[in-house]
Amino acid sequence: MADKTRDRTNEEWLADLRGPERDQAIADLRENLTRGLFFALVNRVPSNKLDALVDDFAQDALIRILDNLDTFRGESRFNTWAQKIAVRVAYTELRRQRWKDISLEDLLPEDVQGDFTPAILTDAGPTPEGQMIRTRMVELVNRLVMEELTERQRKAMLAIVYGGMPLEEVARRLDTNRNALYKLMHDARQRLQKRLAAEGLSPEEVLAAFDEQ
Amino acid sequence: MNLSPEVLKKIVTRVANTRPDEISCAECFDELDEFAELVLSGKSVDEARPLVQDHLKRCKDCREEFEALLDSLTALQ
Repeated sequence: MADKTRDRTNEEWLADLRGPERDQAIADLRENLTRGLFFALVNRVPSNKLDALVDDFAQDALIRILDNLDTFRGESRFNTWAQKIAVRVAYTELRRQRWKDISLEDLLPEDVQGDFTPAILTDAGPTPEGQMIRTRMVELVNRLVMEELTERQRKAMLAIVYGGMPLEEVARRLDTNRNALYKLMHDARQRLQKRLAAEGLSPEEVLAAFDEQ
Repeated sequence: MNLSPEVLKKIVTRVANTRPDEISCAECFDELDEFAELVLSGKSVDEARPLVQDHLKRCKDCREEFEALLDSLTALQ
């Protein structure tokens, strides 16, 4: 099946979407988005919901793309850029749906809330040296995490690292956005990296101690 | 607050390869269409766009979207 819509150059796409050929160009773009989203989602959503989701996302993406035509810099093919936006639209909504009933508090590790006694202190038998090294390191790193990170950074990091919540969903719950949250987490990691260095420790040494039996 | 050794280990693992010049999700997204075309053309992205590649390794949200984009572009080629 010949498809001349895919042969438009970037300039033609922009001109057609803005000019008298607008209706046809929009119809062609919608069809491209629908096809692309189908392949982007076919292995990722239940098959009985696929077509409806693809149609909804294609419509939302179309609006987003038309609103943002001015930001297309022409560094890729127009279709690649449009599919990128469609995937972002789709994933944002899929994540929102999947995590909608889960709060950040739900994702805190259980042992965060109560006292945690290292097994070594409750075990009867002898104390192997390796376990002692490990216990001391665990206590030290725990203290650094408490001292160096703000409560907000800690909460977000636990939701991501322990709870597996997408950045975007953590950001929604903290009234920020994914980009700002990435920067907040980067800052948190850098703080810990500096503090470990100030304590004379490399992350590799810490991880080796954690692996002591 | 006491965190379990498993959680602390995951945090330290992320700290271990932290670098000062990481790009953010928005910067990654800006370059993602061009980056996807580079990947599909078989170019070495480690050299061409090391910071985008680095971000995709760290950020699951961006990585998932990139993989879905590749699936879509590959099928449409």
